Amino acid sequence: MPSLKEVRIRINSVNSTRQITSAMKMVAASKLRRAQNAILNMRPYAQKLQHIMQDLSSDMEGSDEGLYSAIRDEEKILIVTITSNRGLCGAFNANVVKSAISLAEGRYAEQYKKGNLSIMCLGKKGADGLKSYGITPVEVNNEIFDDLTFDNAVPIAEHLMAEFAEKKYDKIILIYNQFKNAAVQLLQEEQFLPVVESDDGDTNGEENNSNYIFEPNKEEILEALVPKAIKVQLYKALLDSFASEHGARMTAMHKATENADELIKDLKLTYNKARQASITNEILEIVGGAEALNN
Amino acid sequence: MNLEIITPDTTIYQGEAELVQLPGIDGSFEILNNHAPLISALKEGKIKIKKEGKDQFFDIKGGVIEVLKNKVLILAE
Repeated sequence: MPSLKEVRIRINSVNSTRQITSAMKMVAASKLRRAQNAILNMRPYAQKLQHIMQDLSSDMEGSDEGLYSAIRDEEKILIVTITSNRGLCGAFNANVVKSAISLAEGRYAEQYKKGNLSIMCLGKKGADGLKSYGITPVEVNNEIFDDLTFDNAVPIAEHLMAEFAEKKYDKIILIYNQFKNAAVQLLQEEQFLPVVESDDGDTNGEENNSNYIFEPNKEEILEALVPKAIKVQLYKALLDSFASEHGARMTAMHKATENADELIKDLKLTYNKARQASITNEILEIVGGAEALNN
Repeated sequence: MNLEIITPDTTIYQGEAELVQLPGIDGSFEILNNHAPLISALKEGKIKIKKEGKDQFFDIKGGVIEVLKNKVLILAE
């Protein structure tokens, strides 16, 4: 049986760990709320943009041989992993890393062997995870999550778009956690460039024969809109990942707090048993001593 | 007319307006009540909104505008 002092020290240390995890849970919860708000604020913009693009492209099918929709042979691939900068959020980062590795060794094994597969990491943990597998990311950006706004996401999107346009990469894939609710994250792997036509089959039957005036003309407006849509796609992925991170951390910290509670309960029991045993021992000694004196 | 200005981060204006002045790609233009349906691209500049004789300004870095049935929607950056 451990001594009283040992048990007391353990109880204290578990207690302070519990305080930290429960504080982290609170922080994650409040950050999650903010991240969720950001998603909600962004949604109308994305929807309206989609709507306008549909209005525009409804009667100019097939003529969009744009800079960002050119489909080339998949020779040089870039995988962009979106993870967090900090750990302690369960399997959140490990899932992204695992998915990137399985892409590299599965679908794009050929390109990987030839050294034509690059990985770019947004978030430190993804880079750390990949390094332990012996893959060095070409680029790492850790600052984006310090202040996640659309203005800060735009340079990254523009950088990726430029590299795609320069034919440095033939295909760019995003891997991130999509936010479903605070407890559930869905790992997403989506094609970022070339642009995929979002055919949701969303022909609402509502013919938009409003005879829009296009200023200056359809093609030029569409040319201005497509890059915006691409930027919004990246921003959406970043926001989703950010909210997921806090959701995952909240769940992980909640479980940690619960485990600490259980540990403390067990330790308290051991402590009380040890205390009782030492009291019994003392009484026995006193009784034994008194008995010896009487004789 | 009903006017809405939306950025990716937030909605910056929502409500009635009498006049909107916008920086179009081919030059500045204005929209008044009952304008015909229009879709246009915007460049960097200032949006001016006139409401009950008062002027309000917003700086944008580019965007799109859609006008339909007296509803004006501006997606700005």
